[in-house]
Amino acid sequence: MDVFIIVVVVVVTALVFDFTNGFHDTANAMATSIATGALRPKAAVAIAGVLNLAGAFLSVEVAKTISGGIVAEALITPVVIFAGLVGAILWNLLTWLLGLPSSSSHALFGGLIGATLVAAGPNAVNGTAVLGKVVLPAVISPLLAGLVAVAATFLAYRITTRADAGTAHRGFRIGQVVSASTVALAHGTNDAQKTMGVITLTLITAGALAPGSAPPFWVVGAAGLAIALGTYVGGWRIIRTLGKRISDIQTTQGFTAETTSATVILASSHLGLPISTTQVCTGAIFGAGAGRRLATVQWGVAGRMALAWAVTLPAAAVVGAAASWTAASGPFGVVVVAVSGFALAAGMYAASRRNPVNALNVNDVPTLPTAPAAARSGQEAA
Amino acid sequence: MTIDWGSLILAAVISAAVTVGVVSLVAFTVVGLSASVHRPVGGRNDGAPPPVRPAVGAAVAAVCTLAVVLIVGYGLFLVVT
Repeated sequence: MDVFIIVVVVVVTALVFDFTNGFHDTANAMATSIATGALRPKAAVAIAGVLNLAGAFLSVEVAKTISGGIVAEALITPVVIFAGLVGAILWNLLTWLLGLPSSSSHALFGGLIGATLVAAGPNAVNGTAVLGKVVLPAVISPLLAGLVAVAATFLAYRITTRADAGTAHRGFRIGQVVSASTVALAHGTNDAQKTMGVITLTLITAGALAPGSAPPFWVVGAAGLAIALGTYVGGWRIIRTLGKRISDIQTTQGFTAETTSATVILASSHLGLPISTTQVCTGAIFGAGAGRRLATVQWGVAGRMALAWAVTLPAAAVVGAAASWTAASGPFGVVVVAVSGFALAAGMYAASRRNPVNALNVNDVPTLPTAPAAARSGQEAA
Repeated sequence: MTIDWGSLILAAVISAAVTVGVVSLVAFTVVGLSASVHRPVGGRNDGAPPPVRPAVGAAVAAVCTLAVVLIVGYGLFLVVT
């Protein structure tokens, strides 16, 4: 296939992945702010979109490597990248349809791993890096965020026991908006760069850029706009799950959850530890839910999320491998993968329209019972 | 497998310390500002004395807010650099 055409196909696919990454992860920063009413839904996603766009222009350090040593990048071809992106996009769309906050980075890694395994064999995948950069952080980061959020939430309620309720609500609401905005900015800085890295590597392998080049300005701008637009569109299903289906989050808890997320993400990034923003934010929301006395946390939802996290990498890898195997047969294979991917994506979008979740109904879920009420209903049932 | 346990523990300690610090500072700001709020009769705190005197509360709130602004500013600096 003509190199120019495959480069254009990969760039467009990468930007589509970036868009799904944006709307999939809007909830990370804004779910609690929307749930508590600190921000109106449309205002929240607009702020998150602008800050993601700003974050994309702040640094290109992450863009230097797309895989962090997980796969041998020297063996990656544009067709392998295309196949990996298709796997990541489809997994992102499926988890969005189910309202599950899974890691877009892990989906991208999974897609690339599957595609690379088929194209270059098992030696091209670094199993140690997969364990150290995906599996271990996936276990540790949500637990850490959860424990910190429990302590912070307990302290916040304890200290303000005798404070004026209205003042406390206003104060924590302002704090929640600031901390959520910090998370959105950090997300743009980290996640938009992955797409920049994908496009830059494609341009290098096609000979359009010299090895080791930084992303051109048009790549930075396009990746920033794609993730910002995706963020603004808003993954309302995931926002509903994180904001309303875990616990009855109050403003104080929203503030402690977002502050925990911001500090864990910034501290880990600064020390070079690879973590998933989604998993940290989810762990923090569960922790904030558990840190308030008499609050009810839906641990069944946690179980479903943990299952989604566990299968994200292998599931995206399977799709990436199938796409890579099909695309390797030549131009016809690439067209088959593109058409199949588009058809599956359109099918998932159509399925979502049966039960649409949007800015108008994102907070419309049954009120979660408080602990005493739940205990009473349990006794009555017994 | 090489795992940088040192960085991992450091990240955990820093995250916990900064989160607890910022949350506590904001909570104390709220408590400080509450000192100057008129407490309605029959409300949750009816009859209870204010936690601190209004002037002291305002000073505590100002100091805590300044500390939070500095910490958040350093966090934004880390994002930018």
